[in-house]
Amino acid sequence: MSLGTSDTLVYLIAIPLFSSAFLLLGGRALDRVGHLIGTAASASSFVVALIELNKMLGRDAESRGVTQHLFTWINVGSFQIDATLLLDQLSICFVLLITGVGTLIHIYSISYMAHDIDRRRFFAFLNLFIAAMLLLVLGNSYLNLYVGWEGVGLASYLLIGFWNQKPTYATAAKKAFVANRVGDVGLSLAVMIAFVQFGAVTFDGVAKGIEAGSASSTALNAMGAAILLAAVGKSAQFPLQAWLGDAMAGPTPVSALIHAATMVTAGVYLISRSNFVFDNAPTAQLLVVIVGAVTLLFGAVIGMAKDDIKKALAASTMSQIGYMILATGLGPAGYAFAMMHLLTHGFFKAGMFLGAGSVMHGMNDEVDMRKYGALRKVMPITFATFGLGYLAIIGIPPFAGFYSKDKIIETAFNAGGSKGIILGCVTLLGAAITAFYMTRVMLMTFFGTKRWDSAAHPHESPWLMTVPMILLSIGSITTGFIFSNGDRLKNFLAPVVDKHHHEHETELLAPIVVTGLAMFAVAIGISIALAKYSRKTIPASAPTDVTVWTKIARRDLLQDDFNETVFMRPGQSLTRVLAFLDKRVVDGAVSGVGAMTLRLAGDLRKTQTGYVRSYALLILLGTVAILAAILVVTV
Amino acid sequence: MNSLTILGLLPLIGSAALFLLPKGSDLLAKQVALGVSIVVAIAGLGMAFSFNRSATGFQFVEKHQWIPAFGINYALGVDGISLLLILLALVLTPVVIAACWHEAEGGRWSVKNFFGLILILETMIVGVFAATDIFLFYVFFEAMLIPVYFLIGGYGTGEKAAAAVKFLLYSLFGGLLMLASIIGLYVISGNQLQAPTFDVTALSQLSIDPVTQRMLFLGFFIAFAIKAPLWPFHTWLPDAARAATPGTSVLLLGVLDKVGTYGMIRFCLSLFPEASKEFGPTIIVLSLISIFYGAFLAIAQGTSSGDGNIKALISYTSISHFGFITLGIFAFTEQSHSGATLYMINHGFSTAALFLIAGWMISRRKSERISDFGGLQRVTPIMAWLFFIAGMSSLALPGLSSFVSEFLVLVGTFARYPIPAIIGTIGIIFAALYILIPVQRALHGPITPGNENLTDLTLREKVSIAPVIAVIIFFGFYPQPLLDVINPAASATLSALQITGIMGGK
Repeated sequence: MSLGTSDTLVYLIAIPLFSSAFLLLGGRALDRVGHLIGTAASASSFVVALIELNKMLGRDAESRGVTQHLFTWINVGSFQIDATLLLDQLSICFVLLITGVGTLIHIYSISYMAHDIDRRRFFAFLNLFIAAMLLLVLGNSYLNLYVGWEGVGLASYLLIGFWNQKPTYATAAKKAFVANRVGDVGLSLAVMIAFVQFGAVTFDGVAKGIEAGSASSTALNAMGAAILLAAVGKSAQFPLQAWLGDAMAGPTPVSALIHAATMVTAGVYLISRSNFVFDNAPTAQLLVVIVGAVTLLFGAVIGMAKDDIKKALAASTMSQIGYMILATGLGPAGYAFAMMHLLTHGFFKAGMFLGAGSVMHGMNDEVDMRKYGALRKVMPITFATFGLGYLAIIGIPPFAGFYSKDKIIETAFNAGGSKGIILGCVTLLGAAITAFYMTRVMLMTFFGTKRWDSAAHPHESPWLMTVPMILLSIGSITTGFIFSNGDRLKNFLAPVVDKHHHEHETELLAPIVVTGLAMFAVAIGISIALAKYSRKTIPASAPTDVTVWTKIARRDLLQDDFNETVFMRPGQSLTRVLAFLDKRVVDGAVSGVGAMTLRLAGDLRKTQTGYVRSYALLILLGTVAILAAILVVTV
Repeated sequence: MNSLTILGLLPLIGSAALFLLPKGSDLLAKQVALGVSIVVAIAGLGMAFSFNRSATGFQFVEKHQWIPAFGINYALGVDGISLLLILLALVLTPVVIAACWHEAEGGRWSVKNFFGLILILETMIVGVFAATDIFLFYVFFEAMLIPVYFLIGGYGTGEKAAAAVKFLLYSLFGGLLMLASIIGLYVISGNQLQAPTFDVTALSQLSIDPVTQRMLFLGFFIAFAIKAPLWPFHTWLPDAARAATPGTSVLLLGVLDKVGTYGMIRFCLSLFPEASKEFGPTIIVLSLISIFYGAFLAIAQGTSSGDGNIKALISYTSISHFGFITLGIFAFTEQSHSGATLYMINHGFSTAALFLIAGWMISRRKSERISDFGGLQRVTPIMAWLFFIAGMSSLALPGLSSFVSEFLVLVGTFARYPIPAIIGTIGIIFAALYILIPVQRALHGPITPGNENLTDLTLREKVSIAPVIAVIIFFGFYPQPLLDVINPAASATLSALQITGIMGGK
């Protein structure tokens, strides 16, 4: 497949990048227009993306990808890296999601951040994020992707810590960066393995190398595992998931854009992009499935116990990405469905986060759902849009999440053997828990009795905020049908993720049976939530007479306790011990000399004659002695 | 006269002029120093444009008899590696002079002497990187200590006297070992060639028996490892960095310490190829220890509740960075070698930025303790964000210059030694910690008492740091101009080593 070229791809990235730099360097003078410039930049990128989509659809299915060579980046011996962009069927999906949802969130933020003195800087960081995320999905090699990969990590750090005058928020930002860095080690190693095995780090070069059989299966499994580590860090998957809940410290539009719709799904992109590796690395692929399955339950369980609306949604994001990761681990059958769930999730979860932001906006930034209740009457638009997102995420037909999640459950069952049955049951269980915790969120927020503080005067948000929410909720209704009708998305993506046209052989359960099982699971989840939260009044503070399991779930399944005990405290002790040893032992070799000179220096200081000169003299004498020595040796 | 000699002489003449100025003409002294250093920097950059990038071997060569009785020549010349290191020094000197305009005030001696010493140091640095006669190199190597010694002891803070002495003793000790090796080489050259010589190219042709080679190698290597500094020869550095003024630290860690890693490439590898290969794995282990040791001690400074010192923290991060450089040098692949050389340049700029900005923070707050800062992002946003950018470069964020060099070192090392490369890669996690911890404590959080009225950067400070930040960003996206200069020299070093089975891609 030879790819055409395009001269316009660079504008996708350059527009938001320059806008970001302009807003940062322009200083306070741009405060009045910063948000407009930032939004215009994101919207311009979206327009470029639409033009590119239109061009792409005009080309043959097999030759839709285009590249643009920018410049030679690093060239040392056989290590030759060009800065080249690649837009194909897989990346265009992301480009549209990033710029489309991104622009809506820019618009929402104009109002949401209206009273923040640093609104210009906020938009500069949002633009920086858009640029970095676009580079991530447009780079044609693992190393180009890496630049975007750490770039979005930086933007995420800056935005989580946007209000870093609050120490816990600053800590949350740092935690996210460090967890991501752990993942970045994986991506670095993947690049290194690719270079040594194939002499290339472009996606195309690695795919060709694998096809030519130039790598052992051990090497491919190692590369797959390294890629998985990267994905686990960026996508908040088990065991590097602990940062995502804390990341909710960022302003809510950030949570919607970065920590729900786009950046955290980069791991799914990376694995789908590396399909040629995983299709030949069964062990790594199995690891992917395990990580996905564990995380989808892990996130769901945490979601059940959270009273903070943003943290409940964050746990849900973790769990939904678990579904996507699991799907990518199912091979060619799964990539397209992972992408489909990623796109639908991008709409409904971003919509729900914006809804949560709208609620907070009306409730003096209160995030505790125990202080909400009955908001449907005062915030009807927020209620309606959030409600549509809710129906989508729990998978009620014909909303978007139904199509995408149902396909993943079906594919999981069809994975074959006991693996298929286990995975199928895990995804069904996850669906039931999702229905439970999302119903709980709905009931606690919008139904029941008012539990507001007397200071709260909830009101509907201004149109700049509600319009993006409405548009996203339309996406929550329609996208599932649009993508799955006639396997449209699957066929569109097939040339990239399913080159060899795998036939999907086994069919354990008929699709209709899977749908029935899924509906049954969802019904159970909803019923339990209704029974628990709709009849009795909700206490103002979380009940303390709960089982140990609830307590553990409230503590995020002890993820922080684990990290603290296993990594942080031993690490801190180690640094202290080393600092002590460095002074007393390593330096000890010269400590005698040091002490002596100190005394000497003290004495000399008293005499005021300038000990420095004495040492200069010493050097001189030394040099003379050395010259004399040479003389003796050579004569 | 040759262009390298002129380049070296100009600052020396400038310093002589400074010493002759009457007392009290501080401002004039500063202006003269800045003017001279800018002229030298422009001259150096001009020279670089006539450097032939496709040729290997020394260029701008110059040779005069100095002490004919011993075959000692005044011989200069540069290849791609030494050219860039000289440029690093030439660019950073005016930056330091402009950035540290008031640094010498309150020193033991006069302001003009401070800037005079800096110009002398510049001369020595040009000399040490340009010398192709090994005795001449040694003379510059030792003479370099004198201005640094006075800069620390005369203008530093705290335990400056002890730190200056410690620095001197360590360096003299290393220098003596090296001198013994130089004499040994000289004697051997007398036996093998018609006449004994100190010419580095001629010396690299000698065939030295393995035992002697090992001993001579160690003489050089320990001297360079102290200078670099490599664990466990590093303990002078944090003390020196604590005591020295920020400007001195920039020249010391950013430029002067590169003599150590430069010496390993120029002398250890080319004079003792067999011993280098033999000791290579050991040095790789030391490099890995340095990477983590430096990182952990930097984190210890950052997390210390009371007396964590910002200057000491930066110096410990440098120990970690030097670990990457020596790792690249002794992994012996094209990528790791070019990466290590590029790392020397990039580290010079990112450390310069960190030290200069930290220096401005210290001079405003009158404290070096990290715990005394807090909330600077609100009070002094420009200073805070510039520190952040410098920190991002130090932790090798892609898009900033250090990333390219660090990744080249790691990918090159992986091609030969996968396990050490994997361990080294894990170091990037700790790099994130040692930068983000001080960033959080000093720049984020509420504005702590004592910081409310700090003033942001002045125009002079902004102008002086701007080129450094520009270099960090520009070469992050477009490092190829530097790599084009480095690559021929790096591959020449490697081919002289006659390493077989270099992997690194097919």
